[in-house]
Amino acid sequence: LYPTLFPCQFSDSAGYVGFANLPNQVHRKSVKKGFEFTLMVVGESGLGKSTLINSLFLTDLYPERYIPGAAEKIERTVQIEASTVEIEERGVKLRLTVVDTPGYGDAINSQDCFKTIIQYIDNQFERYLHDESGLNRRHIIDNRVHCCFYFISPFGHGLKPLDVEFMKALHGKVNIVPVIAKADTLTLKERERLKRRVLDEISEHGIRIYQLPDADSDEDEEFKEQTRASIPFAVIGSNQLIEVKGKKIRGRLYPWGVVEVENPEHNDFLKLRTMLVTHMQDLQEVTQDLHYENFRSERLKRTGK
Amino acid sequence: AGPVESKNEAAMSELVPEPRQKPVVPMKPTGINASLLGYIGIDTIIEQMRKKTMKTGFDFNIMVVGQSGLGKSTLVNTLFKSQVSRKSSGWNREEKIPKTVEIKAIGHVIEEGGVKMKLTVIDTPGFGDQINNENCWEPIEKYINEQYEKFLKEEVNIARKKRIPDTRVHCCLYFISPTGHSLRPLDLEFMKHLSKVVNIIPVIAKADTMTLEEKTEFKQRVRKELEVNGIEFYPQKEFDEDLEDKTENDKIRQESMPFAVVGSDKEYQVNGKRVLGRKTPWGIIEVENLSHCEFALLRDFVIRTHLQDLKEVTHNIHYETYRAKRLNDNGGLPPMAVETEENHESNL
Repeated sequence: LYPTLFPCQFSDSAGYVGFANLPNQVHRKSVKKGFEFTLMVVGESGLGKSTLINSLFLTDLYPERYIPGAAEKIERTVQIEASTVEIEERGVKLRLTVVDTPGYGDAINSQDCFKTIIQYIDNQFERYLHDESGLNRRHIIDNRVHCCFYFISPFGHGLKPLDVEFMKALHGKVNIVPVIAKADTLTLKERERLKRRVLDEISEHGIRIYQLPDADSDEDEEFKEQTRASIPFAVIGSNQLIEVKGKKIRGRLYPWGVVEVENPEHNDFLKLRTMLVTHMQDLQEVTQDLHYENFRSERLKRTGK
Repeated sequence: AGPVESKNEAAMSELVPEPRQKPVVPMKPTGINASLLGYIGIDTIIEQMRKKTMKTGFDFNIMVVGQSGLGKSTLVNTLFKSQVSRKSSGWNREEKIPKTVEIKAIGHVIEEGGVKMKLTVIDTPGFGDQINNENCWEPIEKYINEQYEKFLKEEVNIARKKRIPDTRVHCCLYFISPTGHSLRPLDLEFMKHLSKVVNIIPVIAKADTMTLEEKTEFKQRVRKELEVNGIEFYPQKEFDEDLEDKTENDKIRQESMPFAVVGSDKEYQVNGKRVLGRKTPWGIIEVENLSHCEFALLRDFVIRTHLQDLKEVTHNIHYETYRAKRLNDNGGLPPMAVETEENHESNL
C-alpha cells in the first residue's frame, strides 16, 4: 500500500496544497452539465400514481389526461409512456423522466402484463450497452430506469399475487421502492398492520427492494432509521390546493376533515420525497453498479460478444 | 359568430377526446413548464456527489519529463508539499546512465481537508541525457499507451471492477531548459509526438537564471515556436467547452504559459514569514512569490482549478482516441483479453 502523507490541515497556510478544492471542481462541471433521472411508476389504474408524481415534483406532468373506460381497458395491453420535464432549483438542472405504465393489472388475465415493462427496462440497458461499446462515446444518454415506485393497493390484505410476481421478476433489474397508495383510506393502526404484512411477505418471497445505505458520519442517524422504518411509505397525493389555517396547502377535503399531503402526521409523503431526492445519486449508482452490470455480464456471456 | 362556434367546438372535443401520444422513448423535454410552488430539494444532489468524491478519493497521475538536473523532482515535491519524488543526485560512477529512458512510478496517498488523493509521480530518468537521443520519447509514449490499454482491457471485461484503477497519465510536465534562446530540437520532437496522446504542460525550469525581461522574451519565443510547429499543449484550444472556458484558457495560453518556475524544499524566514525559497548571496528567491516566479500560477492551474479537467480530457479525449483506434484496428471489435491468473473473461 502507499504511504500516507499529510501536507497540512489548514487552508492558506504554508503547507496547503489546494486539492481539497477538487470536489468543487467536479461540482462546477456537474452543475453545468445538469443531471438526468428516470423514475418508473407501476401499479393498477386508479391508485393515484399520476397525482402522486405531480405532487412530488410540484408540476403537472399530465396536462391533457384521458382516462379510458372499462370497456376500452379490456383490449388494452400495458403501454409504456415516458414524459420528460426539466426542473431547475437553485441553479441545479434536473432532467426528470417519468415512465408510466398504464394498463398494468387492468386486464382480466394479467399474466403477461409485466413482460412489456421488463422489455422496456432491458431495452434501455441494451441501448446503453450498445452506446458504451461504440466508437463515439461522447454523448451517451442515460435512459436507464433508476428507480421504480411500485404501488400497492390499500384495499387488500397485503401483497396480491401479481405484486409478488412483478417484484420477483424485477428486483434484479431495477431499484424497487414499494409504496402504499391512497393511504387516507386507512386508519393509522390499519396502516401499520398493512405495512408489517407487506414487509413480511416481501421477506417471505425473497424479494429484494431498494435498501437505503447506512447514514454517513454527518448524517442524522436517527432520521435515517425513522425513514427506513417507514418503508413501505404510505402516501397520499393531491392536485388541489386547500386553505387550512390561512395557508394554501395540497390536500384532500372530506366532510370529516382535511388530509394534508405534506403533513408527516397524516402520511409518509414527505419521507418519500426526501428519500428520493437525497438518494438520487445512490439510486443511479446502484443501477449502474448492480443492475446494469448484471445485465451486461449476462448479455455478454450469452452471446459471446 | 365567433364565441358561439368555439363553445360548440369545446363541447365537441369533450365528446371525442383525442388519444394521448404514446411515445416509446422519452419525448423531448416539455420545456421548463414546471412552476414550482415550493422547494423539492433537487439541489442536494450536488452535496451527494461531493460526499461521494470525498469518500472514494481520487487518483492523479503526473509525469515529469526533462533532462537531468532541471529540478523536476524538486518541483513536484514543491507542488505537493511532500516528498513524493526522490531527487537523483546525478549519476555517480557506480550508477550507469541508463541506456534507454526508464519509467519510474511512485505512488503516495496524500490527504487534505478530508479529500484523499492517490498521487502517482512518473519520473523518466535518462530522457535527453544520452549523446544520441533519437527516439528517446518512444519508451514514454509506450508507457502512456500501455496505461490506456490496461484501462481498456478492464473496461471490456465481462465481470469488471466497480472502480477501474486509473493509471493513465493525466498530466505531463515538460521541462524546458532556460537557455534564453529557443526550444531545442528534442523539445519540439517530444512535444510534437506526445501532445497527441497526453496533456502536455510545458514549464521553463530553473527560471531564477533569467531576469524579468529575459523571461518575458523567452516565453514569447517559446510560445511562437510551439505555435509555428503546431504543438497543442494543455489546455488545448479545441477542447474549450464554452465561452467561459475559452476566455479563461485563452488568457492562460497566450499570456501565462509556459510557466517559468522555481522549485524548492527549503524554508527561510522572510519578513517574519516562513517561505519556501532559494538562498543566494544576492537575495532569497521566494518560490510562492508571484513577482519572483510563476510557481504559484502553475500550482493553482494544475491543482486548484484544472485538476478535474486534466483528468476529464485524458479520459474523454486521449483515452477515447486510443480506444477508437484499437477498435478500428481490431475490425470494430474490442481487444482480446489475455488469460490472467484470475481468469477474467473478455467479451470477444
